[in-house]
Amino acid sequence: MANILAVDDSASMRQMVAFTLKGAGHNVVEAVDGVDALNKAKQQAFDCVVTDVNMPNKDGIALIKDLRALPNYKFTPLLMLTTESGMDKKQQGKDAGATGWIVKPFNPDQLLKTIQKVLS
Amino acid sequence: MAIDMAQFHQIFFEESFEGLDAMESGLLNLDMGDVNVEDINTIFRAAHSIKGGSGTFGFSAVSDFTHVMETLLDEMRDGRRKITQPIVDVLLGSVDCLREMLEAIQSGKALNLTGIAQHKLALDDALKVSEAQTNLSNIGQSEHTESELSAVSQVDGWNIAFSPHFDLLKTGNDPIRIFRELSSFGNLDSIVDLRGVPEIYDLDPEECYLSWKLILKGNIAASDIEDAFAWVEDNCDLSMQVILPPSSVSVEMPEQSREIRLQQQSQLPEPIPLPQDKQKPIENQEPSKATAAKAASSSIRVDTAKIDTLINMVGELVITQSMLSLIGEHFDLTKLDQLKNGLSQLERHTRELQESVMNIRMLPISFVFSRFPRLAHDISSKLGKKIELKLIGENTEVDKTVVEQISDPLVHLVRNSLDHGIEMPDVRSAAGKPETGTVILEAYHRGGNIVIEVRDDGKGMDKDVLRAKAIEKGLISEDTVLTDKQCYELIFMPGFSTAEKLTDISGRGVGMDVVRRNIEALGGNIEVISNLGKGSTISIHLPLTLAILDGQSIAVGDETYILPLGSIIESLNIKEDRINRVIGQGETYLLRGEYLSIVRLHEIFHTPNVKATTLTEGLLIVVEGQGARYGLFVDDLLGQQQVVIKSLEANYRRIEGVSAATILGDGSVALILDIPGLLRLANQ
Repeated sequence: MANILAVDDSASMRQMVAFTLKGAGHNVVEAVDGVDALNKAKQQAFDCVVTDVNMPNKDGIALIKDLRALPNYKFTPLLMLTTESGMDKKQQGKDAGATGWIVKPFNPDQLLKTIQKVLS
Repeated sequence: MAIDMAQFHQIFFEESFEGLDAMESGLLNLDMGDVNVEDINTIFRAAHSIKGGSGTFGFSAVSDFTHVMETLLDEMRDGRRKITQPIVDVLLGSVDCLREMLEAIQSGKALNLTGIAQHKLALDDALKVSEAQTNLSNIGQSEHTESELSAVSQVDGWNIAFSPHFDLLKTGNDPIRIFRELSSFGNLDSIVDLRGVPEIYDLDPEECYLSWKLILKGNIAASDIEDAFAWVEDNCDLSMQVILPPSSVSVEMPEQSREIRLQQQSQLPEPIPLPQDKQKPIENQEPSKATAAKAASSSIRVDTAKIDTLINMVGELVITQSMLSLIGEHFDLTKLDQLKNGLSQLERHTRELQESVMNIRMLPISFVFSRFPRLAHDISSKLGKKIELKLIGENTEVDKTVVEQISDPLVHLVRNSLDHGIEMPDVRSAAGKPETGTVILEAYHRGGNIVIEVRDDGKGMDKDVLRAKAIEKGLISEDTVLTDKQCYELIFMPGFSTAEKLTDISGRGVGMDVVRRNIEALGGNIEVISNLGKGSTISIHLPLTLAILDGQSIAVGDETYILPLGSIIESLNIKEDRINRVIGQGETYLLRGEYLSIVRLHEIFHTPNVKATTLTEGLLIVVEGQGARYGLFVDDLLGQQQVVIKSLEANYRRIEGVSAATILGDGSVALILDIPGLLRLANQ
């Protein structure tokens, strides 16, 4: 069981991610944008962060960059949820320090498999 | 694990509709000359969210469609594409199309495939200009790569050289995880190369100095291995060599030790879907009709601050309750003051709780107003008029039911103003007015009511024309005397229309009476004031909430009835000399020169034990509703109070003359009277 921060401005995606992860026994905290996520990440230590890329108030790339700069998140798996067409986003994310990505659309099983992989 | 994705559909639809609204208003606000990147970003984000969500929840038609929009928006955002009015119009059309698609899916209806294909074509056309060539080359490239890879059909395993860069760990990746994944494909042997590890004094524990030679045995697809390394491809040097089975080591495989660069495949952009992709119906993935329809009306999005207030209030209530029960446990008269204090506290908390619960149902009227800029934009360009629409008081909160029901009547009123009210630019300048007409849509609170006004500075309405029209249509007789107000109210009569020719914008004159009926069904009323040549104002008054009513309780015999406070004009003691009795037509009362019909409540409801049967013994309440005005004869006035409306139709059945019921403080049920209904009953 791990503590996971799920960040997405879209409530449906956020809830889907949270529901899936909770179903697998993880503790999930939700954040609605990058600023919210950064605040929550500072208050509590997370084992993994899953973030959307396109968000108002600090997008996913900037969030990853800021998180990576925090001592507690130097080695933490930071995953971004991105669409296939966003190859340049993947590169930007990598440059900002993202661990990897999950390509949208994804189903709950794919999400769990990927999360399991970085937490093992 | 199996997760029912349908549970997220409703919220996906809600946020998608919000996203579409945001896209629409964003597109309408785009200033061609000076485009703000953040505006485009907002529009792009909304499209992107809808695409991501629809893909995840299985609405592929929607995600395909949004994908094309997104590509176009992306180019606009990067400045690769100039923003022109035709493109904005195509995008606006696409927003409408998407909205229709989502509505159709939500309600389980079939998609309008031809309409969608048309919009898709328009989008594709807009994209084609610059995209066509790059696309073609991309598709060619991807086929090439795939055929190369598929040539290697049977392999024995792979030799992999993996040298992470120093910074690999700092991306949150870990070689051990990659090895674990690889070993799930087949038998993995690893040989670690320690040569890169520095002396202990120079060693930085946060960096990765190791590299590996890996031998992975099994018939494994190159793409599986590439996937395992996909996240670290930039943070390592990687080479893969295929180990072929002994039998196939022959001339037919000239590239048997071929290196495959990882980037090749993963950097290919996804090809733009072709329009015919979407011709296939998507019935299978649509939610069932019943669940979609039910879900649509049952949920409400509430600001969390409101919920917090509510929880706080309940907390206070619990404290008061425990205080009261403590007093009640060993009660004697010395504690009477404490008890009174406690009860008044209870009353206060209950009232606050009531207010905050009511507040939950309140939504800003911007939910309704937000669609009007688009409406004004479309209609003014269609009619060739110059119109500015001003929205005032968009944050005024109204009941959710009002938000849902007021939209159509308002659309009708605004359309009327745009179509009939505002004149053509040349007519306006000839009349000495600015060429651009103004329509103001305003909402505000007044007393316990919400007032919504539609004002325009157009040509106004001509009383004489209205009157002549009504006579011509046989709605009134030629000798009918009408006040100014009554003249304007003629427009609300069924079958009345002043448009010289029918337009597809304002409809066929069936509207205004329906508008009035809808508004009265919400417990409100509608008024019109016009000034010839200067413009018209239509005001709608609506109750703040539909769940609670300000009532006046009245007594007739043993019964208590409630009259809506807003319908009472005055109440008076009856003077014998003002009563007129006309045989066969009942009784009237002369009040300031006006004859009012007298309706005896006890006769209508056959109430027993009536105190006042002669008129002079009781009271006459002058009431008004839906144009009807009469005197209601009752025993006595009791008090004013707020009552909670309980639907009779839902709990019993519809009764003429009664609009609803409520429960009084003593637990008895009182009926809430319907003013026009009572008059109809009395006339029967």
